[in-house]
Parts: sequence; C-alpha cells; structure tokens
Amino acid sequence: MKLGYVELADDSRYADRGAHSGIVFTDLGRPYQGSQVALEDARAIGRVIGVEFSMEKSTAASGDELVQQISDRVTSGGVHFVLADLPAAALKDLARRLADRPVMFFNISASDDSLRAADCANNVLHTYPSEAMLSDALIQYLVAKGWLQILVLRGPAPEDAATVAALQRSARKFGANIVETRPFLLTNDPRNREQTNIVLMTGGVRYDVVYVADSSGEFGRYVPYETSLPRPVVGTAGLAPTAWSWSWDRDAAVQLQHRYEKVSPPRRMNGADWAAWEAVKAVTQAVMRTRSTDFDAVRTFLFSDKLTLDTVKGNPGSFRAWDHQLRAPVLLSTADAVIERAPLPQYLHQTNVLDTLGIDAPETACRF
Amino acid sequence: MKTRARAVHFGCALVLTVVSSAEARAKDTGYVFVSDEKTNNVAVIDPKQDYKIIKWIPTSHRPRDMKFRDNHTLLYVACGDDDVIDVIDVATLEVADHIPTGPSPEMFELSRDGKALYVSNEEGSSVQEIGIADKIIMREIATGAEPEGIAISADGKTLYVTSEVTDMVHVVDAEAGVVTDNIVVGTRPRRLLLLHDGKELWVSNELSGQVSVIDRAVNRVSTTLDFLPPGFRQADVTPVGMTMTSDGKSAIVALGRANHVAFVDTATRKVETYVLVGSRAWGVALSPDEKTLYVANGLSDDLSIVDVGSRKAVRSVPVGRVPHSVLVDD
Repeated sequence: MKLGYVELADDSRYADRGAHSGIVFTDLGRPYQGSQVALEDARAIGRVIGVEFSMEKSTAASGDELVQQISDRVTSGGVHFVLADLPAAALKDLARRLADRPVMFFNISASDDSLRAADCANNVLHTYPSEAMLSDALIQYLVAKGWLQILVLRGPAPEDAATVAALQRSARKFGANIVETRPFLLTNDPRNREQTNIVLMTGGVRYDVVYVADSSGEFGRYVPYETSLPRPVVGTAGLAPTAWSWSWDRDAAVQLQHRYEKVSPPRRMNGADWAAWEAVKAVTQAVMRTRSTDFDAVRTFLFSDKLTLDTVKGNPGSFRAWDHQLRAPVLLSTADAVIERAPLPQYLHQTNVLDTLGIDAPETACRF
Repeated sequence: MKTRARAVHFGCALVLTVVSSAEARAKDTGYVFVSDEKTNNVAVIDPKQDYKIIKWIPTSHRPRDMKFRDNHTLLYVACGDDDVIDVIDVATLEVADHIPTGPSPEMFELSRDGKALYVSNEEGSSVQEIGIADKIIMREIATGAEPEGIAISADGKTLYVTSEVTDMVHVVDAEAGVVTDNIVVGTRPRRLLLLHDGKELWVSNELSGQVSVIDRAVNRVSTTLDFLPPGFRQADVTPVGMTMTSDGKSAIVALGRANHVAFVDTATRKVETYVLVGSRAWGVALSPDEKTLYVANGLSDDLSIVDVGSRKAVRSVPVGRVPHSVLVDD
C-alpha cells in the first residue's frame, strides 16, 4: 500500500514564519513527521495482515509539477491516497486537474471553509479542521462561560478577514455578539496609534472578551495583559482553538506525542501533524478492516459509518458525507494548557455531537 | 491466634510497626486499594469503617495496574512515569521495594509459578518478562504500539497482549517468548478477560465500543458484544475494565465515558443491567463475598460502591486524582 505525500517547496505559509530575530514563537512546522508516526504503526499492522505500507513524498516547485508528479505516481506506482500539505488554491487546482484519476487527497493543513463549500471536490477528504469548526469550538466555550460580547481586533491579511468571517457565522449560530471590529496595523508610525496601541484599541467600548485575528503572529502575542479592560483574550492569541496541542494529556495523547518526538525534529506536534497522522491512520484502518488495498474498496470504507477513527481526543472520528470533512473534537488551548475540549457537553445534536462543530448537512454549500 | 493479632496491628499501626511479611497476613480485611495516576498514591479504603480511607500510600509516579503476590502479603503497583513496579508490603502498607521495568509500565501479570512478571510497556511497544528474584529483564517481546491489556492462560503457557494502536491481540508463547499469532479485534483494544471455562477470551475495545469474544481454540473473534446504556450514544460507549464473578456466570464491563457498568450473562452474552456510576468508569473489582462492586471513575476522582444484589450504586467515595485500578484484599 503505497501512499503519496505532496508539498510545495515554496509554500508561503512556512516562509520565515514564526521566527523573529531567530527566536521561534509558533509551532508551524511542516507536518510530514506526523504522517511518519502513523506510518510506523501502519507497518506494524501491515506485517500481520500481509500488506507493506510505504509513503512517497513529492516536493514540487509549481502546481504543474505537482500534477505531473502525482499523475506519474498514480499511473506507474499504484499510489491512490495522497496526503496534501498545500494551500487552498494549490489543493483546489490539483484536485480539479486529477479529478478523473483514481486518486484521493487528504487535506492536512488548509482550514479554508471554501474547500468544504463552493470549492469542494469529490476527491478530497479533510482531516484538518475547517475555520468554521475552529470558530464554533471557541464560540461554544465563550457562550458556555457567558462571555457574549466580543471585541474583534483584525489584522490586514486576507486570512484574518476569513477568520473573522468564520467568527461572525459562529457568533450568529450560538448567540454571541461582536460589539465592534477594529482593524490593527503592523507599524510603529505614531500617526497610526489608534490602530497600533493595544490600550487605545481596546478602550471606549464594553466587552466580555477580546478576539484577535492575527495570522502574522506579530501582534496578537502582545494583546493579553495589555487590554484597556481586564478581559480575557482569545482567537489567534490567548485561548486558541486548535486541532492539536502538545499539552493535551488525555485519551492516549501523551503516548502519541512521545512517539512523535522520537521521530521528529526538535519540535512538538502541531495541528497539521495531527491531521497528517490521522489521514494515514484512516487509510490504515480501511485497509485493515476491508483486508484490501483496492482503491474502490478502501475509498468506500472511508466514507462508511464503519470508520471509527481514533482522534486521540475522545470521540471517534468519521467523514461527513456532505463535504468530506473529518468529524473530530477541537481543543481550546493556551500556550501550555488545554482549557477545554469542544464540543462542550451542553451542546447537543440529533445524530452526532461532533456535528455541532462546523457546517452541518442542511447548511452545506458543497455539491459534488 | 496469629491472624487475630495481625488484625489488631492494622488498627494500631503506631504500636506495631515492623512485622515479618510472610506470616503477617491480615485475613478478611476486605481492604480496597485504588491507584491514583495523578496524585501518585494508592488509597487504602476499609469498607468496615464506613469506607474510610485509612491510608494513602505514596508511590512512584503514575501508579496504575496492581496485583497481589505471595499470598496477598505483597502488592505490586506499575508506576508508568518512573518505569518501575513498586512493591508494597501489605502488612505495613508501605512501599518496601522497587522493580525496574521498561518505559511506561501499564498493565502486568505474574507468571503461574510466581517467579516472573510480564509487563506491557505502553511507550516501549513491548512486553518484558522480568525475573522477580534478581530483578532482571529476562526477555523482551516486541508488540504493536501501546500494548496494554495482558492475560495469562491457566497453564501459564500462553500470554495475550492487546495493542491499542494496531487494533490486535498478540498471542505469545510464554516459554519460547515469541508472538505466535495476531488476532484483529475492534478499535483500540484495552483489556482482557479470560473466562473460567478457558475457551473464551474477552477483549474490551474502547473506540468501537464493543467487547470482542475470541475463541481460543482458533484464535479468532467469534462474536462481538454491543452496549448502549439508556440516554447514551454509541460514541460515548468506551469499554475498558472488566471482571467477573468467581462462578464465571456474570461479567462486569466498565463503559468509560458512558458512565455505566454493564452486567453481562456470560452464557447468553446478554447485558442484564446497566448501573450508573461516576465519570469515565474504568477499573472494576468485586469484594470477596461478591456482594459489592467497586468502580474507579477516572474523571470524577471517586470510587462508586455498587450493591450487586440490587444492581445500584449506593454511594461514592472520593479518592485521589484520576483513579485507575481497584484491587480488593480478601
């Protein structure tokens, strides 16, 4: 069973990210090692069921090159399941161009809601949580706490606007209120102090909590303890919704973390690592349970309700039929503690509580 | 007479502090031992004193599975974060010795001759055979990742070990020290229960929420048992700990996040009763007279006392943080 793995050599999401003056502040490393931890486990299973698991990694310089490489692997190498560590646009393009080939992609790092909606593709499964799932998780917590009035500080990047859009949808869904959205700038120019000074930005308005949308990572870190009112900070700083946190210590998370650290560079496991790990785990379970490496058999199993994927976060995971998003809990984490696991117990659902996170069947804009 | 004198000793620990262990058994104490993963201790509860905790025994870090040895004079406790098995002197209720193990020991069994331990090392992906007398790791048997539940056949010749990550039970020839077969079971297999007739091995599968029944003659799953206590969904059902009555007629399965234990008729394999207990019920043990069931609840930090006759939880006793296993002295 040969799996594929693709990434762009020049992926802007990883370019000098998280490092300032040589000090690393974020855990945004490439998630390849996460897949390798699951591959080790797959090999152990493979020895018993007589299947040899392996993975072929492709690093491409362009979208065209990606298509060529995957196409070749599908044709000559029998690769049918490919982990994709790609930005949304590149993944959308790749999936569209290989739509008539026997290949399934696992989106392991793009949270864009568009990939699960208008741009959804029949040959893509998402093990990484969507923006909608992440913001629903956070809003569930805020509403449960009674922190309903939210002041939003929004950065200039398109990703920041997307995060705020997801937050607005979640706030409507669960009954929270965005009192004001204030854009911030990354500059020291004193003429812009209304958009750079955190005390000024958080003054003159009443709120229960400050939400920061800062994909740059340069602003949000300084917001906690700097606000005009003594209020908690959430979003990309303070309490953040995430697919994974190294400090999660329940549901066998510690054992997974330690297996990760054995094979990884000196870095702790992050959300995309978890999604990569989970993708390999899904294929492994499908091969093990169907006793087949046949594309259609494995694919059918992945979409069936027989899949009970270990999310290492409590609830077993499975894929939503309407947009191919993996159902999985979301962690709400500070720098060194998981404060809560969503869905919170007070949110119920008619079929699966995990579907309180993200876009449910009646709301989906995805048409395969 | 000797027995009576020792029983007195437990009530007057300050007076009699040193007792030679082999003959020092206090009969019929019915003490309940609960290992607490996060407070690094074993709570000793005396049911005869209204379930009072008569002693907190400090242990090495992260105590989990427990077994008695040498006619209940010693209590072994696997301590996962310090890679040791603590040896508790049951007479003094103190840790008297340590046996080093591989990384993160979780569950273990004693060989039938009592000379060796078989320990599953959760983070070492192996089972180690450790000689007790000289504390030497005699053999290491590779398993799938996160080995946990371990059982030994009545003749001591066969070991069974679950691997949580690879969804299988390894069958190990204990004499040769090799894996002779692998049985694919449900998702995330945790614990094992060998039925008295020797024909069946039950496996609790935490994530698929079932118990797989293995036919030992052919080493294959012959049937699976499903659970669904009232008011819960399949995804909440995460069975882990299991025990059974001495006549082998009833098995008890702790259902984890479904906060219930199930009483199962082993002959018909039907669930007779679901009993509501605490949060994330894992460890289970019966009192010697089998009138009482003790259930360790990992997320509510308490022990549920279940009256077996009426099949109702009659009270809850707070213990340490994250109680893992329960063991009852006779």
